[in-house]
Amino acid sequence: MAEPVLEVVRLTKNFGALKATDNVSLDLRPGEIHALIGPNGAGKSTLIHQICGTLAPDSGEIRFAGRRIDMLDAAARARLGLARTFQVSSVAAEFSALRNVMLAVQARQGSSFRFVRPVLHDASLAGPAMHELERVGLAARAHIPAAELSHGERRQLEIAIALAMGARAFLLDEPMAGMGPEGSQALTAFLDRLRGDAPILLVEHDMNAVFALADRISVLVYGRIVASGTVEEIRRDPEVRRAYLGEEA
Amino acid sequence: MTVRRETIVNIALAALLLAVPLVALWASQPFYVTLATRIAILALAAVGLNIALGLGGLVSFGHAAFFGIGGYAAGILASHAISGEPLALGIAGTNQMPLIWLVAVPVAGLAAAAIGAISLRTSGVYFIMITLAFAQMLYYFAISWPAYGGEDGLSIALRNQFPGVNTLRPLPFFLICYALLLAGIGLFAMLRGSRFGAALQAARQNPVRLTAVGIAPYRIRLVAFILSAMLTALAGALYADLNRFVSPSMMSWHMSGELIVLVILGGVGRAFGPLAGAMLFVLMEHYLGGLTERWQLFLGLVLLAVVIFARGGVLGLLAGKARHG
Repeated sequence: MAEPVLEVVRLTKNFGALKATDNVSLDLRPGEIHALIGPNGAGKSTLIHQICGTLAPDSGEIRFAGRRIDMLDAAARARLGLARTFQVSSVAAEFSALRNVMLAVQARQGSSFRFVRPVLHDASLAGPAMHELERVGLAARAHIPAAELSHGERRQLEIAIALAMGARAFLLDEPMAGMGPEGSQALTAFLDRLRGDAPILLVEHDMNAVFALADRISVLVYGRIVASGTVEEIRRDPEVRRAYLGEEA
Repeated sequence: MTVRRETIVNIALAALLLAVPLVALWASQPFYVTLATRIAILALAAVGLNIALGLGGLVSFGHAAFFGIGGYAAGILASHAISGEPLALGIAGTNQMPLIWLVAVPVAGLAAAAIGAISLRTSGVYFIMITLAFAQMLYYFAISWPAYGGEDGLSIALRNQFPGVNTLRPLPFFLICYALLLAGIGLFAMLRGSRFGAALQAARQNPVRLTAVGIAPYRIRLVAFILSAMLTALAGALYADLNRFVSPSMMSWHMSGELIVLVILGGVGRAFGPLAGAMLFVLMEHYLGGLTERWQLFLGLVLLAVVIFARGGVLGLLAGKARHG
Protein backbone atom coordinates (compact mmCIF):
# COMPACT_ATOMS: atom_id res chain seq x y z
CA MET A 1 0.00 0.00 0.00
CA ALA A 2 1.26 3.49 -0.87
CA GLU A 3 2.59 5.70 1.91
CA PRO A 4 -0.18 8.03 3.15
CA VAL A 5 0.15 11.70 2.20
CA LEU A 6 -1.62 12.88 5.32
CA GLU A 7 -1.72 11.00 8.57
CA VAL A 8 -3.53 11.94 11.76
CA VAL A 9 -2.48 9.88 14.78
CA ARG A 10 -4.43 9.70 18.04
CA LEU A 11 -5.46 13.33 17.90
CA THR A 12 -7.29 14.66 20.96
CA LYS A 13 -8.84 18.04 21.67
CA ASN A 14 -11.01 18.91 24.64
CA PHE A 15 -13.04 22.04 25.22
CA GLY A 16 -13.54 21.81 28.96
CA ALA A 17 -15.47 18.62 29.54
CA LEU A 18 -16.40 18.31 25.87
CA LYS A 19 -14.30 15.86 23.90
CA ALA A 20 -14.37 17.57 20.51
CA THR A 21 -11.73 15.26 19.08
CA ASP A 22 -11.38 11.94 20.87
CA ASN A 23 -8.34 9.88 19.92
CA VAL A 24 -8.88 10.27 16.19
CA SER A 25 -6.60 8.52 13.71
CA LEU A 26 -7.08 8.64 9.97
CA ASP A 27 -5.01 8.89 6.84
CA LEU A 28 -5.21 10.00 3.25
CA ARG A 29 -3.49 7.98 0.54
CA PRO A 30 -2.37 9.13 -2.89
CA GLY A 31 -5.12 9.33 -5.47
CA GLU A 32 -8.02 8.70 -3.13
CA ILE A 33 -11.01 10.60 -1.84
CA HIS A 34 -11.50 9.96 1.84
CA ALA A 35 -14.87 11.24 3.00
CA LEU A 36 -15.42 12.34 6.58
CA ILE A 37 -19.08 12.28 7.54
CA GLY A 38 -20.99 12.69 10.73
CA PRO A 39 -23.91 14.56 12.25
CA ASN A 40 -23.71 18.27 13.07
CA GLY A 41 -21.54 18.89 16.10
CA ALA A 42 -19.59 15.66 15.63
CA GLY A 43 -16.33 17.60 15.51
CA LYS A 44 -15.61 17.56 11.77
CA SER A 45 -14.75 21.24 11.59
CA THR A 46 -12.69 21.07 14.77
CA LEU A 47 -10.69 18.25 13.21
CA ILE A 48 -10.15 20.21 9.98
CA HIS A 49 -9.00 23.23 12.01
CA GLN A 50 -6.40 21.11 13.79
CA ILE A 51 -5.12 19.62 10.56
CA CYS A 52 -4.83 23.09 8.99
CA GLY A 53 -3.16 24.59 12.02
CA THR A 54 -5.77 27.12 13.07
CA LEU A 55 -6.44 25.17 16.26
CA ALA A 56 -3.84 23.38 18.39
CA PRO A 57 -4.62 19.80 19.47
CA ASP A 58 -4.11 18.73 23.08
CA SER A 59 -2.22 15.65 22.02
CA GLY A 60 -1.53 13.47 19.01
CA GLU A 61 0.46 13.84 15.82
CA ILE A 62 -0.19 15.09 12.32
CA ARG A 63 2.14 14.02 9.52
CA PHE A 64 2.06 15.44 6.05
CA ALA A 65 4.24 14.68 3.05
CA GLY A 66 6.58 12.60 5.19
CA ARG A 67 7.12 15.01 8.08
CA ARG A 68 5.44 16.08 11.29
CA ILE A 69 3.57 19.31 10.84
CA ASP A 70 1.77 19.77 14.14
CA MET A 71 4.36 22.31 15.32
CA LEU A 72 4.06 24.41 12.13
CA ASP A 73 1.71 27.37 11.88
CA ALA A 74 -1.15 27.43 9.39
CA ALA A 75 0.70 29.42 6.73
CA ALA A 76 3.70 27.07 6.84
CA ARG A 77 1.42 24.03 6.43
CA ALA A 78 -0.24 25.70 3.47
CA ARG A 79 3.14 26.31 1.86
CA LEU A 80 3.84 22.57 2.11
CA GLY A 81 0.80 22.05 -0.09
CA LEU A 82 -2.00 21.49 2.39
CA ALA A 83 -4.79 23.31 0.58
CA ARG A 84 -8.19 23.84 2.12
CA THR A 85 -11.51 25.26 1.08
CA PHE A 86 -13.92 26.72 3.57
CA GLN A 87 -17.45 25.84 4.59
CA VAL A 88 -18.37 29.44 3.85
CA SER A 89 -16.27 30.53 0.87
CA SER A 90 -13.38 32.70 1.97
CA VAL A 91 -11.73 34.86 -0.68
CA ALA A 92 -10.34 38.39 -0.95
CA ALA A 93 -13.62 40.08 -1.86
CA GLU A 94 -12.26 43.24 -3.49
CA PHE A 95 -9.78 41.42 -5.68
CA SER A 96 -10.81 39.95 -9.00
CA ALA A 97 -10.97 36.18 -9.34
CA LEU A 98 -7.67 36.30 -11.20
CA ARG A 99 -5.91 38.31 -8.48
CA ASN A 100 -7.16 35.88 -5.86
CA VAL A 101 -5.51 33.02 -7.71
CA MET A 102 -2.40 35.11 -8.42
CA LEU A 103 -1.98 35.54 -4.69
CA ALA A 104 -1.75 31.76 -4.33
CA VAL A 105 0.79 31.55 -7.17
CA GLN A 106 2.80 34.28 -5.44
CA ALA A 107 2.70 32.40 -2.14
CA ARG A 108 3.86 29.22 -3.87
CA GLN A 109 6.78 31.09 -5.42
CA GLY A 110 7.60 32.31 -1.89
CA SER A 111 7.98 35.90 -2.99
CA SER A 112 5.75 38.28 -1.07
CA PHE A 113 8.54 40.65 -0.06
CA ARG A 114 8.99 42.13 -3.50
CA PHE A 115 8.16 45.79 -3.52
CA VAL A 116 8.77 47.14 -7.00
CA ARG A 117 7.45 45.18 -9.93
CA PRO A 118 3.70 45.59 -10.53
CA VAL A 119 1.83 42.30 -10.33
CA LEU A 120 -0.61 43.32 -13.04
CA HIS A 121 2.16 43.08 -15.64
CA ASP A 122 3.71 39.94 -14.22
CA ALA A 123 3.11 37.02 -16.56
CA SER A 124 4.75 34.60 -14.13
CA LEU A 125 1.78 35.19 -11.82
CA ALA A 126 -1.07 35.80 -14.24
CA GLY A 127 -0.17 32.89 -16.55
CA PRO A 128 -0.41 30.04 -14.04
CA ALA A 129 -3.38 31.74 -12.34
CA MET A 130 -5.33 31.95 -15.58
CA HIS A 131 -4.51 28.31 -16.29
CA GLU A 132 -6.13 27.23 -13.01
CA LEU A 133 -9.17 29.42 -13.63
CA GLU A 134 -9.57 27.72 -17.00
CA ARG A 135 -9.39 24.33 -15.31
CA VAL A 136 -12.26 25.13 -12.96
CA GLY A 137 -14.23 26.81 -15.75
CA LEU A 138 -13.99 30.34 -14.41
CA ALA A 139 -11.75 31.92 -17.05
CA ALA A 140 -14.56 34.05 -18.48
CA ARG A 141 -15.09 35.58 -15.04
CA ALA A 142 -11.41 36.20 -14.31
CA HIS A 143 -11.70 39.97 -14.03
CA ILE A 144 -14.87 40.09 -11.95
CA PRO A 145 -14.38 41.12 -8.30
CA ALA A 146 -14.79 38.07 -6.09
CA ALA A 147 -17.57 39.83 -4.16
CA GLU A 148 -19.68 39.85 -7.33
CA LEU A 149 -19.25 36.15 -8.10
CA SER A 150 -22.11 33.79 -7.42
CA HIS A 151 -21.97 31.33 -4.56
CA GLY A 152 -21.05 28.48 -6.88
CA GLU A 153 -18.43 30.52 -8.67
CA ARG A 154 -16.76 31.36 -5.37
CA ARG A 155 -16.56 27.63 -4.68
CA GLN A 156 -14.87 27.13 -8.04
CA LEU A 157 -12.55 30.03 -7.25
CA GLU A 158 -11.50 28.44 -3.97
CA ILE A 159 -10.61 25.26 -5.80
CA ALA A 160 -8.63 27.22 -8.40
CA ILE A 161 -6.74 28.85 -5.52
CA ALA A 162 -6.04 25.44 -4.00
CA LEU A 163 -4.76 24.16 -7.35
CA ALA A 164 -2.53 27.20 -7.77
CA MET A 165 -0.98 26.51 -4.38
CA GLY A 166 0.40 23.30 -5.83
CA ALA A 167 -1.72 21.25 -3.46
CA ARG A 168 -0.40 17.89 -2.30
CA ALA A 169 -3.66 17.28 -0.45
CA PHE A 170 -7.04 18.98 -0.54
CA LEU A 171 -9.15 19.50 2.55
CA LEU A 172 -12.59 20.35 1.26
CA ASP A 173 -15.03 21.46 3.94
CA GLU A 174 -18.57 20.87 2.65
CA PRO A 175 -17.99 21.97 -0.94
CA MET A 176 -21.55 20.97 -1.90
CA ALA A 177 -23.18 23.18 0.72
CA GLY A 178 -25.59 25.66 -0.81
CA MET A 179 -25.13 24.31 -4.33
CA GLY A 180 -28.19 23.52 -6.42
CA PRO A 181 -28.67 19.98 -7.79
CA GLU A 182 -27.02 20.85 -11.10
CA GLY A 183 -24.14 22.58 -9.38
CA SER A 184 -23.63 19.59 -7.11
CA GLN A 185 -23.54 17.21 -10.06
CA ALA A 186 -21.02 19.32 -11.94
CA LEU A 187 -18.88 19.68 -8.82
CA THR A 188 -19.05 15.93 -8.15
CA ALA A 189 -17.75 15.25 -11.65
CA PHE A 190 -15.03 17.83 -11.16
CA LEU A 191 -13.88 16.43 -7.80
CA ASP A 192 -13.75 12.99 -9.38
CA ARG A 193 -11.11 14.31 -11.78
CA LEU A 194 -9.42 16.43 -9.10
CA ARG A 195 -8.23 13.39 -7.15
CA GLY A 196 -5.74 12.85 -9.97
CA ASP A 197 -3.97 16.04 -8.84
CA ALA A 198 -3.89 15.24 -5.16
CA PRO A 199 -5.91 13.17 -2.71
CA ILE A 200 -8.95 14.77 -1.10
CA LEU A 201 -10.17 14.70 2.48
CA LEU A 202 -13.81 15.49 1.89
CA VAL A 203 -16.09 16.70 4.67
CA GLU A 204 -19.58 16.50 3.24
CA HIS A 205 -23.23 16.15 4.19
CA ASP A 206 -24.46 15.39 0.67
CA MET A 207 -24.61 11.58 0.76
CA ASN A 208 -25.13 11.23 -2.98
CA ALA A 209 -21.86 13.00 -3.58
CA VAL A 210 -20.08 11.06 -0.84
CA PHE A 211 -21.24 7.67 -2.13
CA ALA A 212 -20.41 8.64 -5.72
CA LEU A 213 -16.92 9.90 -4.93
CA ALA A 214 -15.45 8.30 -1.83
CA ASP A 215 -12.92 5.50 -1.90
CA ARG A 216 -13.13 5.32 1.86
CA ILE A 217 -15.47 6.84 4.41
CA SER A 218 -14.85 7.61 8.07
CA VAL A 219 -17.78 8.36 10.33
CA LEU A 220 -17.27 10.81 13.16
CA VAL A 221 -19.74 10.88 16.07
CA TYR A 222 -19.12 12.86 19.28
CA GLY A 223 -15.49 13.39 18.31
CA ARG A 224 -14.79 9.68 17.82
CA ILE A 225 -14.40 7.72 14.60
CA VAL A 226 -17.08 5.04 15.00
CA ALA A 227 -16.54 3.39 11.63
CA SER A 228 -14.14 3.52 8.74
CA GLY A 229 -14.15 1.57 5.51
CA THR A 230 -15.24 1.40 1.90
CA VAL A 231 -18.58 2.77 0.75
CA GLU A 232 -20.13 -0.72 0.90
CA GLU A 233 -18.81 -1.44 4.39
CA ILE A 234 -20.17 1.86 5.67
CA ARG A 235 -23.53 1.35 4.01
CA ARG A 236 -23.83 -2.05 5.74
CA ASP A 237 -22.52 -0.99 9.14
CA PRO A 238 -25.47 -1.28 11.54
CA GLU A 239 -24.14 1.27 14.00
CA VAL A 240 -23.66 3.85 11.26
CA ARG A 241 -27.13 3.22 9.90
CA ARG A 242 -28.64 3.74 13.29
CA ALA A 243 -26.55 6.71 14.36
CA TYR A 244 -26.42 8.62 11.18
CA LEU A 245 -27.71 7.36 7.89
CA GLY A 246 -31.22 6.51 9.06
CA GLU A 247 -33.65 5.43 6.38
CA GLU A 248 -31.78 7.39 3.74
CA ALA A 249 -29.39 4.52 3.02
CA MET B 1 -6.59 53.07 -23.92
CA THR B 2 -8.71 55.63 -22.15
CA VAL B 3 -7.17 57.71 -19.42
CA ARG B 4 -8.83 56.95 -16.12
CA ARG B 5 -10.69 59.76 -14.43
CA GLU B 6 -8.69 59.24 -11.27
CA THR B 7 -5.47 59.91 -13.19
CA ILE B 8 -6.82 63.25 -14.40
CA VAL B 9 -7.93 64.20 -10.89
CA ASN B 10 -4.52 63.22 -9.52
CA ILE B 11 -2.66 65.34 -12.06
CA ALA B 12 -4.99 68.25 -11.39
CA LEU B 13 -4.39 68.03 -7.63
CA ALA B 14 -0.62 67.89 -8.07
CA ALA B 15 -0.69 70.81 -10.54
CA LEU B 16 -2.90 72.85 -8.24
CA LEU B 17 -0.56 72.43 -5.29
CA LEU B 18 2.40 73.46 -7.47
CA ALA B 19 0.53 76.46 -8.88
CA VAL B 20 -0.42 77.97 -5.51
CA PRO B 21 3.06 79.08 -4.39
CA LEU B 22 4.01 80.27 -7.89
CA VAL B 23 0.93 82.46 -8.12
CA ALA B 24 1.37 83.56 -4.51
CA LEU B 25 4.91 84.79 -5.14
CA TRP B 26 3.84 86.53 -8.33
CA ALA B 27 1.11 88.27 -6.35
CA SER B 28 3.57 89.02 -3.50
CA GLN B 29 1.65 86.90 -1.01
CA PRO B 30 4.45 84.70 0.40
CA PHE B 31 2.21 83.51 3.21
CA TYR B 32 0.43 81.20 0.77
CA VAL B 33 3.74 79.51 -0.03
CA THR B 34 3.93 78.51 3.61
CA LEU B 35 0.36 77.29 3.45
CA ALA B 36 1.12 75.14 0.39
CA THR B 37 4.24 73.79 2.09
CA ARG B 38 2.18 72.84 5.11
CA ILE B 39 -0.24 71.01 2.83
CA ALA B 40 2.59 69.11 1.13
CA ILE B 41 4.14 68.04 4.43
CA LEU B 42 0.90 66.96 6.10
CA ALA B 43 -0.05 65.12 2.91
CA LEU B 44 3.29 63.27 2.96
CA ALA B 45 2.74 62.26 6.59
CA ALA B 46 -0.72 60.99 5.68
CA VAL B 47 0.61 59.11 2.62
CA GLY B 48 2.81 57.28 5.12
CA LEU B 49 -0.15 56.47 7.34
CA ASN B 50 -2.14 55.42 4.28
CA ILE B 51 0.27 52.50 3.72
CA ALA B 52 -0.75 51.03 7.07
CA LEU B 53 -4.33 52.30 7.20
CA GLY B 54 -5.39 52.25 3.57
CA LEU B 55 -3.56 49.23 2.22
CA GLY B 56 -3.23 47.18 5.38
CA GLY B 57 -6.38 48.21 7.23
CA LEU B 58 -4.22 48.95 10.28
CA VAL B 59 -5.84 51.88 12.06
CA SER B 60 -2.77 53.26 13.80
CA PHE B 61 -3.74 55.89 16.35
CA GLY B 62 -0.08 56.43 17.13
CA HIS B 63 1.52 57.75 13.98
CA ALA B 64 2.17 61.10 15.67
CA ALA B 65 4.97 59.27 17.47
CA PHE B 66 6.78 58.75 14.17
CA PHE B 67 5.93 62.25 12.98
CA GLY B 68 7.45 63.54 16.22
CA ILE B 69 10.52 61.30 15.98
CA GLY B 70 11.19 62.86 12.58
CA GLY B 71 10.68 66.31 14.03
CA TYR B 72 12.94 65.74 17.03
CA ALA B 73 15.62 64.21 14.84
CA ALA B 74 15.72 67.47 12.89
CA GLY B 75 15.55 69.63 16.01
CA ILE B 76 18.13 67.73 18.05
CA LEU B 77 20.67 67.37 15.26
CA ALA B 78 20.29 71.05 14.35
CA SER B 79 20.71 72.21 17.95
CA HIS B 80 23.93 70.22 18.26
CA ALA B 81 25.17 71.57 14.96
CA ILE B 82 24.68 75.09 16.29
CA SER B 83 26.13 74.49 19.75
CA GLY B 84 28.97 72.43 18.35
CA GLU B 85 28.62 69.87 21.11
CA PRO B 86 28.46 66.26 19.98
CA LEU B 87 25.52 64.03 20.87
CA ALA B 88 25.92 60.91 22.96
CA LEU B 89 28.59 58.52 21.59
CA GLY B 90 30.39 61.52 20.13
CA ILE B 91 28.17 61.84 17.06
CA ALA B 92 28.25 65.36 15.70
CA GLY B 93 25.09 67.33 15.01
CA THR B 94 24.24 68.41 11.50
CA ASN B 95 22.19 71.03 9.75
CA GLN B 96 22.10 69.16 6.43
CA MET B 97 18.59 67.96 5.61
CA PRO B 98 19.64 64.80 3.74
CA LEU B 99 21.75 63.69 6.72
CA ILE B 100 18.90 64.51 9.11
CA TRP B 101 16.55 62.40 7.00
CA LEU B 102 19.07 59.57 7.03
CA VAL B 103 18.84 59.62 10.82
CA ALA B 104 15.12 60.39 11.22
CA VAL B 105 13.84 57.68 8.88
CA PRO B 106 15.77 54.66 10.24
CA VAL B 107 15.20 55.72 13.87
CA ALA B 108 11.47 55.87 13.22
CA GLY B 109 11.73 52.52 11.44
CA LEU B 110 13.34 50.95 14.51
CA ALA B 111 10.71 52.46 16.80
CA ALA B 112 7.99 51.17 14.48
CA ALA B 113 9.55 47.70 14.45
CA ALA B 114 9.37 47.58 18.24
CA ILE B 115 5.91 49.15 18.52
CA GLY B 116 4.53 47.15 15.59
CA ALA B 117 5.96 43.83 16.78
CA ILE B 118 3.86 44.15 19.92
CA SER B 119 0.81 46.04 18.60
CA LEU B 120 0.27 43.76 15.61
CA ARG B 121 -0.36 40.84 17.91
CA THR B 122 -3.68 42.52 18.57
CA SER B 123 -6.28 43.75 16.12
CA GLY B 124 -9.30 46.01 15.86
CA VAL B 125 -9.95 48.29 18.78
CA TYR B 126 -7.05 46.82 20.78
CA PHE B 127 -4.63 47.71 18.01
CA ILE B 128 -5.94 51.27 17.98
CA MET B 129 -5.54 51.57 21.74
CA ILE B 130 -2.09 50.01 21.98
CA THR B 131 -0.66 52.21 19.22
CA LEU B 132 -2.17 55.20 21.03
CA ALA B 133 -0.58 54.06 24.28
CA PHE B 134 2.88 53.79 22.72
CA ALA B 135 2.56 57.23 21.15
CA GLN B 136 1.50 58.74 24.47
CA MET B 137 4.53 57.16 26.13
CA LEU B 138 6.80 58.92 23.66
CA TYR B 139 4.80 62.12 24.10
CA TYR B 140 5.31 62.16 27.85
CA PHE B 141 8.93 61.17 27.41
CA ALA B 142 9.43 64.25 25.19
CA ILE B 143 7.70 66.46 27.76
CA SER B 144 9.94 65.23 30.55
CA TRP B 145 13.21 65.51 28.64
CA PRO B 146 14.59 68.93 29.66
CA ALA B 147 17.76 68.61 27.58
CA TYR B 148 15.68 69.26 24.46
CA GLY B 149 13.18 71.79 25.72
CA GLY B 150 10.77 69.46 27.51
CA GLU B 151 7.28 70.85 27.45
CA ASP B 152 8.43 74.12 25.83
CA GLY B 153 9.81 72.42 22.76
CA LEU B 154 12.96 73.11 20.84
CA SER B 155 13.58 75.96 18.41
CA ILE B 156 15.61 75.58 15.26
CA ALA B 157 17.35 78.92 14.96
CA LEU B 158 18.01 78.63 11.27
CA ARG B 159 16.23 76.30 8.86
CA ASN B 160 18.41 73.32 7.97
CA GLN B 161 20.18 73.29 4.63
CA PHE B 162 19.97 71.29 1.46
CA PRO B 163 22.98 71.14 -0.88
CA GLY B 164 22.66 73.64 -3.71
CA VAL B 165 19.35 75.07 -2.50
CA ASN B 166 18.67 78.16 -0.45
CA THR B 167 16.16 76.69 2.00
CA LEU B 168 15.70 80.02 3.77
CA ARG B 169 13.58 81.22 0.89
CA PRO B 170 10.07 79.80 0.94
CA LEU B 171 9.79 78.61 -2.65
CA PRO B 172 12.87 76.35 -2.74
CA PHE B 173 11.85 74.79 0.56
CA PHE B 174 8.36 74.24 -0.81
CA LEU B 175 9.82 72.55 -3.87
CA ILE B 176 11.84 70.15 -1.69
CA CYS B 177 8.67 69.21 0.20
CA TYR B 178 6.68 68.96 -3.00
CA ALA B 179 9.25 66.68 -4.63
CA LEU B 180 9.32 64.44 -1.57
CA LEU B 181 5.52 64.33 -1.52
CA LEU B 182 5.42 63.19 -5.14
CA ALA B 183 8.16 60.63 -4.42
CA GLY B 184 6.16 59.43 -1.41
CA ILE B 185 3.00 59.07 -3.48
CA GLY B 186 5.02 57.23 -6.12
CA LEU B 187 6.37 54.89 -3.47
CA PHE B 188 2.85 54.28 -2.19
CA ALA B 189 1.57 53.46 -5.69
CA MET B 190 4.54 51.18 -6.31
CA LEU B 191 3.98 49.29 -3.06
CA ARG B 192 0.27 48.98 -3.75
CA GLY B 193 0.89 47.41 -7.14
CA SER B 194 3.65 45.04 -6.02
CA ARG B 195 3.50 41.49 -4.71
CA PHE B 196 3.97 42.89 -1.24
CA GLY B 197 1.03 45.22 -1.80
CA ALA B 198 -1.13 42.36 -3.02
CA ALA B 199 -0.39 40.39 0.15
CA LEU B 200 -0.92 43.47 2.33
CA GLN B 201 -4.30 44.28 0.80
CA ALA B 202 -5.33 40.65 1.07
CA ALA B 203 -4.36 40.79 4.76
CA ARG B 204 -6.85 43.62 5.14
CA GLN B 205 -9.62 41.98 3.12
CA ASN B 206 -9.30 38.45 4.47
CA PRO B 207 -6.38 37.40 6.69
CA VAL B 208 -7.79 33.87 6.96
CA ARG B 209 -7.58 33.47 3.19
CA LEU B 210 -4.08 34.92 3.08
CA THR B 211 -2.95 32.41 5.70
CA ALA B 212 -4.65 29.60 3.85
CA VAL B 213 -2.60 30.24 0.70
CA GLY B 214 0.56 30.15 2.81
CA ILE B 215 1.37 33.79 3.60
CA ALA B 216 1.46 34.74 7.29
CA PRO B 217 -0.21 38.17 7.66
CA TYR B 218 1.88 39.21 10.67
CA ARG B 219 5.20 39.74 8.89
CA ILE B 220 3.53 41.47 5.96
CA ARG B 221 1.75 43.86 8.31
CA LEU B 222 4.87 44.51 10.35
CA VAL B 223 6.91 45.50 7.29
CA ALA B 224 4.03 47.71 6.13
CA PHE B 225 3.84 49.36 9.55
CA ILE B 226 7.58 50.08 9.49
CA LEU B 227 7.53 51.55 5.96
CA SER B 228 4.49 53.58 6.90
CA ALA B 229 6.22 55.03 9.96
CA MET B 230 9.39 55.86 8.04
CA LEU B 231 7.51 57.97 5.51
CA THR B 232 5.60 59.77 8.25
CA ALA B 233 8.90 60.47 10.04
CA LEU B 234 10.34 62.05 6.91
CA ALA B 235 7.35 64.39 6.87
CA GLY B 236 7.95 65.11 10.55
CA ALA B 237 11.51 66.25 9.85
CA LEU B 238 10.21 68.60 7.15
CA TYR B 239 7.50 69.88 9.48
CA ALA B 240 10.10 70.82 12.07
CA ASP B 241 12.00 72.72 9.42
CA LEU B 242 8.87 74.47 8.21
CA ASN B 243 8.03 75.76 11.67
CA ARG B 244 11.67 75.94 12.80
CA PHE B 245 10.29 74.49 15.99
CA VAL B 246 9.63 71.07 17.49
CA SER B 247 7.49 70.40 20.51
CA PRO B 248 5.85 67.42 22.17
CA SER B 249 2.56 68.46 20.56
CA MET B 250 3.84 66.91 17.32
CA MET B 251 3.53 63.58 19.15
CA SER B 252 0.19 64.21 20.81
CA TRP B 253 -2.85 62.10 20.08
CA HIS B 254 -4.44 65.12 18.38
CA MET B 255 -1.79 64.82 15.71
CA SER B 256 -2.43 61.08 15.30
CA GLY B 257 -6.12 61.84 14.94
CA GLU B 258 -5.44 64.60 12.45
CA LEU B 259 -3.46 62.23 10.25
CA ILE B 260 -6.31 59.71 10.28
CA VAL B 261 -8.73 62.52 9.41
CA LEU B 262 -6.57 63.52 6.43
CA VAL B 263 -6.60 59.98 5.08
CA ILE B 264 -10.35 59.53 5.55
CA LEU B 265 -11.20 62.95 4.12
CA GLY B 266 -9.13 62.32 1.02
CA GLY B 267 -10.00 58.68 0.42
CA VAL B 268 -8.66 55.64 2.24
CA GLY B 269 -6.17 53.65 0.19
CA ARG B 270 -6.06 56.18 -2.67
CA ALA B 271 -2.61 57.33 -3.72
CA PHE B 272 -3.55 61.02 -3.93
CA GLY B 273 -6.20 60.83 -1.21
CA PRO B 274 -3.95 62.27 1.51
CA LEU B 275 -3.13 65.25 -0.73
CA ALA B 276 -6.82 65.98 -1.31
CA GLY B 277 -7.46 65.51 2.42
CA ALA B 278 -4.59 67.80 3.43
CA MET B 279 -5.73 70.50 0.99
CA LEU B 280 -9.26 70.45 2.36
CA PHE B 281 -8.03 70.33 5.96
CA VAL B 282 -5.52 73.16 5.70
CA LEU B 283 -7.87 75.38 3.70
CA MET B 284 -10.65 74.89 6.24
CA GLU B 285 -8.22 75.49 9.06
CA HIS B 286 -7.04 78.70 7.41
CA TYR B 287 -10.29 80.24 6.19
CA LEU B 288 -12.75 78.97 8.78
CA GLY B 289 -10.10 79.34 11.48
CA GLY B 290 -9.94 83.03 10.49
CA LEU B 291 -13.66 83.38 11.02
CA THR B 292 -14.11 81.42 14.21
CA GLU B 293 -12.02 79.61 16.76
CA ARG B 294 -14.50 76.79 16.58
CA TRP B 295 -13.66 75.88 13.01
CA GLN B 296 -13.19 72.25 14.00
CA LEU B 297 -16.95 72.07 14.43
CA PHE B 298 -17.17 72.49 10.65
CA LEU B 299 -14.35 70.01 10.14
CA GLY B 300 -16.41 67.58 12.17
CA LEU B 301 -19.46 68.17 9.99
CA VAL B 302 -17.46 67.65 6.81
CA LEU B 303 -15.93 64.48 8.22
CA LEU B 304 -19.37 63.26 9.18
CA ALA B 305 -20.64 63.93 5.67
CA VAL B 306 -17.69 62.10 4.12
CA VAL B 307 -18.10 59.08 6.37
CA ILE B 308 -21.86 58.86 5.78
CA PHE B 309 -22.23 59.91 2.14
CA ALA B 310 -18.82 59.56 0.50
CA ARG B 311 -16.93 56.57 1.82
CA GLY B 312 -14.32 57.05 -0.90
CA GLY B 313 -13.51 60.51 0.46
CA VAL B 314 -12.91 63.54 -1.74
CA LEU B 315 -11.19 61.39 -4.34
CA GLY B 316 -14.12 59.01 -4.32
CA LEU B 317 -16.41 61.92 -5.11
CA LEU B 318 -14.18 63.29 -7.86
CA ALA B 319 -12.91 60.10 -9.43
CA GLY B 320 -15.44 57.37 -8.64
CA LYS B 321 -14.91 53.99 -7.02
CA ALA B 322 -11.44 52.59 -6.45
CA ARG B 323 -10.48 49.73 -8.74
CA HIS B 324 -8.49 46.66 -7.94
CA GLY B 325 -7.46 45.25 -11.33
